[in-house]
Amino acid sequence: MYEFQYAKPSTVADASTTLSADEANQPLAGGQTLIPTIKQRLNAPGTLVDLSGIGELTGITREGSTIVIGAMTTHATVAANATVRDAIPALAKLAGGIGDPQVRNIGTIGGSLANNDPAADYPSAALALNATIKTSTREIPADDYFQGFFTTALEPGELIVSVAFPIPEQAAYGRFEQRASRYPMVGVFVAKTASGIRAAVTGAGQDGVFRCAELETALTSDFSAKAAEAVKVPADDLMSDLHASADYRAALIPIMASRAIAGTA
Amino acid sequence: MPTVTMRVNGAQTSADVPENTLLVDYIREHLRLTGTHVGCDTSQCGACVVHIDGKSAKSCTRLATQCEGSEVLTIEGLAAPNGTLHPLQAAFKEAHGLQCGFCTPGMIMSTLDLLQTNPKPTDPEIRSWLKGNICRCTGYQNIVKAVELAADEMSGS
Ligand SMILES: Cc1cc2nc3c(=O)[nH]c(=O)nc-3n(C[C@H](O)[C@H](O)[C@H](O)COP(=O)(O)OP(=O)(O)OC[C@H]3O[C@@H](n4cnc5c(N)ncnc54)[C@H](O)[C@@H]3O)c2cc1C
Ligand code: FES
Ligand code: FES
Repeated sequence: MYEFQYAKPSTVADASTTLSADEANQPLAGGQTLIPTIKQRLNAPGTLVDLSGIGELTGITREGSTIVIGAMTTHATVAANATVRDAIPALAKLAGGIGDPQVRNIGTIGGSLANNDPAADYPSAALALNATIKTSTREIPADDYFQGFFTTALEPGELIVSVAFPIPEQAAYGRFEQRASRYPMVGVFVAKTASGIRAAVTGAGQDGVFRCAELETALTSDFSAKAAEAVKVPADDLMSDLHASADYRAALIPIMASRAIAGTA
Repeated sequence: MPTVTMRVNGAQTSADVPENTLLVDYIREHLRLTGTHVGCDTSQCGACVVHIDGKSAKSCTRLATQCEGSEVLTIEGLAAPNGTLHPLQAAFKEAHGLQCGFCTPGMIMSTLDLLQTNPKPTDPEIRSWLKGNICRCTGYQNIVKAVELAADEMSGS
């Protein structure tokens, strides 16, 4: 590890001040992605700004027809939370399937969405549910937030404060796990929302999470496991790596969507 | 150099450590509690699992400074002061839940967390919980048996 400084502010304003003082300064949430990259010397922070002392970043509330989750809320908390389980059970299930129990005890929703790993679980839920990412300076709709491989609309120094998920009429998540990394090789989140049927795919796209038009069209006329399974997804922009070819991932997308809807994923 | 202070196995501890000190290095190098192991540098093996404020976590993926003021429990904190093994330790011994023993402290600290919230886990629940703990020796069968045995012992059935 390179040397770095450490700060633990207690307000978003103080964190933002430290972060904007030097572009090498970085927010530290659960550290389940950041600390491994620092250990590998792939990242050399100036000051790590630990967000865990900022009270306004935690908590889960229901505000009318949305569920608002603070950025520092852990995956284990979301998975076990009665409000989330009641309103969006698919989201609780997604959180409860991330990595392993120790990662879920420490890793956070804000860290996951800020990182936007092309194989992370949460981006699929945020995109399919048409979530709004609330930051220290503005509100960003999910459709504008995800901008490609490990890339988001966040400006340097901008902090995710919370994520607001509109409660869908129905939603389901299915993931095919890559056993060694524990990340999804393909994860599909489907939802019946106020703005229509939305289906988002993670783990498969070369540019990270994406909405799958073929699935959305088929599920709009028939929201069923059978309709999902019959969909053909083109392999053109999908990832090929040591785990699976683009064709294999393309074949898995309708299967994961179908199993998600059938409740067998 | 910041001073970090935390309770480890019930005792107050403190040391001046560089900011980039991992919790596992604080435990092993500063406190000389070497039961907590390091088996990888990718946060995937679980040999380093301890409890931080009552929840299992990878001590290789936590900075010592992040644990300022925390309550930490390591494998050394499980047996009674007179040496009587904790039921999980006794069950791993009884059921041959280990061969080389390298993964065992992490296995035990991880499954202790499981049994705290789910006192009678099923076989699939134990296996799913152990996703974050890798064993190169046993093939897991006897680890699962040991956890079942400890669950029976601890819940008195
Ligand atoms: C063994 C293992 C398996 C895993 N498996 C999965 C998996 O199956 N699925 C999955 O989705 N993830 C998986 N993860 C990743 C895990 O979910 C991480 O917790 C998550 O990606 C990052 O969250 P964090 O809180 O740990 O963030 P950190 O590691 O602290 O931060 C990640 C990045 O986000 C930035 N950041 C953090 N919080 C904010 C904020 N509020 N505002 C702006 N920027 C911020 C940081 O500066 C950093 O760049 C796995 C990790 C490990 C180690
Ligand atoms: S040493 Fe491997 S997960 Fe911590
Ligand atoms: S007993 Fe040897 S690694 Fe598990």
